Amino acid sequence: MQAVLEHSPPAGATARTTKRTGFLLLSPSVLILLVWSIVPLIMTLWYSLQNYNLVDPTLHGFAGIDNYWYLLTDPDFLHALLNTLVLVAGVLVISIGGATLLAVLYDQEFFGRGIARIMVISPFFIMPTVSALLWKNLMLHPIYGVYSAMMRAVGLTPIDWLARFPLMTVMMIVAWEWLPFAVLILLTAVQSLDGEQREAARMDGAGPIARFRYIILPHLGRAISVVVMIETIYLLTIFAEISVTTAGGPGVASTNLAYLIYSRALLQFDVGGASAGGVVAIVIANIVAIFLVRAVARNLEA
Amino acid sequence: MATVELKNLRKTYLTEEIIKGISLSIEEHEFVVFVGPSGCGKSTLLRMIAGLEDITSGDLLIDGQRVNDVEPGKRGLAMVFQSYALYPHMNVYKNMEFGLKLSGMPEAERRAKIENVARTLQLEPYLNHKPGQLSGGQRQRVAIGRAIVRNPKVFLFDEPLSNLDAALRGQMRVELSALHRKLGATTIYVTHDQVEAMTMADKIVVLQKGVVEQIGSPLELYHHPRNLFVARFIGSPPMNFFSAIFQGGDAAGSSVQLRDGSTLYVPVTSPGLLPGTKVTVGIRPEHVELASSGPNSGVVEVIERLGAITLVHVRMPDGEIIVVQTDGAVLTDVNSPISLTLPPRNCHLFAPDGLAFEACHRHPLAA
Amino acid sequence: MALKAKTSTRIGVTILGWGIALWLFFPIFWMILTSFKSEVQAISTPPKLFFMPTLSSYAEVFERANYWHFALNTVTVSVAATAIAIALAVPAAYSMAFMPSKRTRGTLLWMLSTRMLPPVGVLVPIYILARNTHLLDTCTGLAIVDMLTNLPIIVWMLYTFFREVPAPILEAGRMDGATRWQEMTMVLLPLALPGIASTALLSLILCWNEAFWSLNLTSSHAAPLTAFIASFSSPEGLFFGKLSAASTLAVAPILVFGWISQKQLVRGLTFGAVK
Ligand SMILES: Nc1ncnc2c1ncn2[C@@H]1O[C@H](COP(=O)(O)OP(=O)(O)OP(=O)(O)O)[C@@H](O)[C@H]1O
Ligand SMILES: [Mg+2]
Repeated sequence: MQAVLEHSPPAGATARTTKRTGFLLLSPSVLILLVWSIVPLIMTLWYSLQNYNLVDPTLHGFAGIDNYWYLLTDPDFLHALLNTLVLVAGVLVISIGGATLLAVLYDQEFFGRGIARIMVISPFFIMPTVSALLWKNLMLHPIYGVYSAMMRAVGLTPIDWLARFPLMTVMMIVAWEWLPFAVLILLTAVQSLDGEQREAARMDGAGPIARFRYIILPHLGRAISVVVMIETIYLLTIFAEISVTTAGGPGVASTNLAYLIYSRALLQFDVGGASAGGVVAIVIANIVAIFLVRAVARNLEA
Repeated sequence: MATVELKNLRKTYLTEEIIKGISLSIEEHEFVVFVGPSGCGKSTLLRMIAGLEDITSGDLLIDGQRVNDVEPGKRGLAMVFQSYALYPHMNVYKNMEFGLKLSGMPEAERRAKIENVARTLQLEPYLNHKPGQLSGGQRQRVAIGRAIVRNPKVFLFDEPLSNLDAALRGQMRVELSALHRKLGATTIYVTHDQVEAMTMADKIVVLQKGVVEQIGSPLELYHHPRNLFVARFIGSPPMNFFSAIFQGGDAAGSSVQLRDGSTLYVPVTSPGLLPGTKVTVGIRPEHVELASSGPNSGVVEVIERLGAITLVHVRMPDGEIIVVQTDGAVLTDVNSPISLTLPPRNCHLFAPDGLAFEACHRHPLAA
Repeated sequence: MALKAKTSTRIGVTILGWGIALWLFFPIFWMILTSFKSEVQAISTPPKLFFMPTLSSYAEVFERANYWHFALNTVTVSVAATAIAIALAVPAAYSMAFMPSKRTRGTLLWMLSTRMLPPVGVLVPIYILARNTHLLDTCTGLAIVDMLTNLPIIVWMLYTFFREVPAPILEAGRMDGATRWQEMTMVLLPLALPGIASTALLSLILCWNEAFWSLNLTSSHAAPLTAFIASFSSPEGLFFGKLSAASTLAVAPILVFGWISQKQLVRGLTFGAVK
């Protein structure tokens, strides 16, 4: 595949038409995505250099790098940055680790497997606002939540999870939403492992653990790359779950970059500061993207 | 029906030249076969003719018209792919109909044509089947049928039989030859298979690394290979080669000294060659004769009995192996000493640059 | 002995498989259950599993907000965004899969990387652009944004499907005289239909559940179900019955849709990772 992707089209007449057709077919998507990614970026850059606060119109004019300076020296910023990375990494580890095991489990034949599988993937269809509300109120509410009731039933004192462990709790909620997606993809991958390969491993006397380690895991490499790629895209920008459950608090304990910028822009009406945050978020996203693309792209091709 | 002419065709991928200037003319009704080792550019050349690959330089003429820049569908060709490439979502009838429909042929005419072709190819019972429900041989027929209904000026085949088992391949080969005789269409056929090339072709084009090594009728290539490559490539089991020293020649032949000191007077001309030059002698296994004693003696190393014929591998004193094709009932044993007779009229001589010396007499079947 | 071990393994797998499934599904089950409780039952401690079901929460939700208005907005936006994105992505993916150039790989990765820009980073300019073009609080505006956010992933998915279509089949079409357009519509699309279907399904799900833009770019006129549910979140957080009823109403259509189409969806979610 590499070879085909990288050979440049030859330069004859029909090749030129092919090249032109290919370009023409591709260009609508490329153009609108270019506009979509460039125009707002330039505008954000521009605002980030301005004093621009919606509630204080007296404050205006060129700000230089003040907004950035203000942001980067703000301890909240570092905190939010760290929270973002913890969230992304934590959810990736939980969802991929869990999904790998679940994929092997739901690959086994058992009574009612079809229904059990549908139940497992269901959280993927639930909108983030709903799952956040669901967990915050029905499940984890310190008085009325089901989990609190269960803890009381076994003689423990219920914990106010969102107040005590805000980041971890948000992470669990998000992992609950994204685990099914990883299961969907990894299960398909496990099932595509052909019977002969497994039989051969069994003939070689490989036990279940060795089979998992040497046959199944290597086979899942590409599928895991896909999950990492897609989930990271979404996890970098988690917003609704935080907004609904903790509103970033207490303090900034569960504030990620997306939420920090949001609270600057819409809650403090500081367009300039929010834009500077936006630029920083974009830069960070790009750094992550470069690493991710480097690590994953090789796996995605071929 | 049409003529096809290739004028110095070239094809470059990136910086690598895959087709290095091929010129060739194909007559009306002719059945031309491209052969050559894997990766030599057969498919690429065929696809350039089809219009699926772009021509980097040179001219492609069909019926005298330059068609380099004509869309594949408008060149008046039909192609049968190795993988058949049937439309999986259409039944057999629709597969054959697709091209006709695109060309705007009226419904009634299409139906008549398809039914006619389906009858010829014994596909009538399967017209409503999807390709997935057919056997390999039937798919092959549909692919051929799809090509025939369009009534093309030229048929292109890229290893069409290579996915079939041996028996079916033999049968389809005969059917294709019969079909070609019946339709009389100009045909270009790519294959790996010696038997297909020898039995079907009016003209064989031997390619190597994007270059034409020789063009000729099957028996011309067999009896008068132009160089070492063609000599080795055509014929199965392949020709035997061993080195010898050129001693001198005249209008009726050239004499060479073999390793064991014996001389051979081969009826080929050798203009300008200096005595003492190292040359290569080639002789096909079916032309070597066994003798119980005499010069050229060696030891039998392996015997392959195929029933009708026997292949005897003889190790010569200098270590070289010479394969002899002989009678199925020959009585020899492994490790027994044996002598070989090399009939000079069946020997070929090759100069150090690999080119064959010209035979003094053309073979009657390869005139 | 061996048989016995096998039976016990099977029982273990069954218990584990069902246990985990029930545990993961439990919050959804509980939400649906609670939606049929009265407010008093909903907050009873310990929580009740058996009770007299009532539709009172649903009645109140319907009374307070025009559910159909929100639902219609969500459906309109999701379907429109998906349809436009697929229409744009099919030619792009076709071009990448069958007319690759040395820039193809880079283009695809660049497209995906645009998806990694945090929306919040460009919220202000997008908001201002939407306001200035009168697209704020319109289904059109939201559909455009949803379409753009999903386009890269849709192109990628379609690309992986198209690459599985053997090139000779398209070439046969070309030999049969098909133009590029006919080749795409009459040969490729029917072949890739299952892939296109699952791509569309995924896009519908993602659009349906998209929260950030729908909360920030709409207020009343074009507000979709995510806004509907948000309106029930803060002031009435403790009215579990109503909250559950509203949540159930917001997710029910896509949940049922997802259950029905999951087989189809799974086929497409491989992103070419399975082969
Ligand atoms: N798209 C391509 N990009 C780069 N090189 C190519 C491409 N297609 C073919 N080649 C190269 O061109 C050469 C000729 O290929 P071609 O398929 O024509 O060989 P062939 O004679 O048909 O071989 P085979 O008998 O195995 O089918 C090969 O070396 C191949 O690597
Ligand atoms: Mg080939």
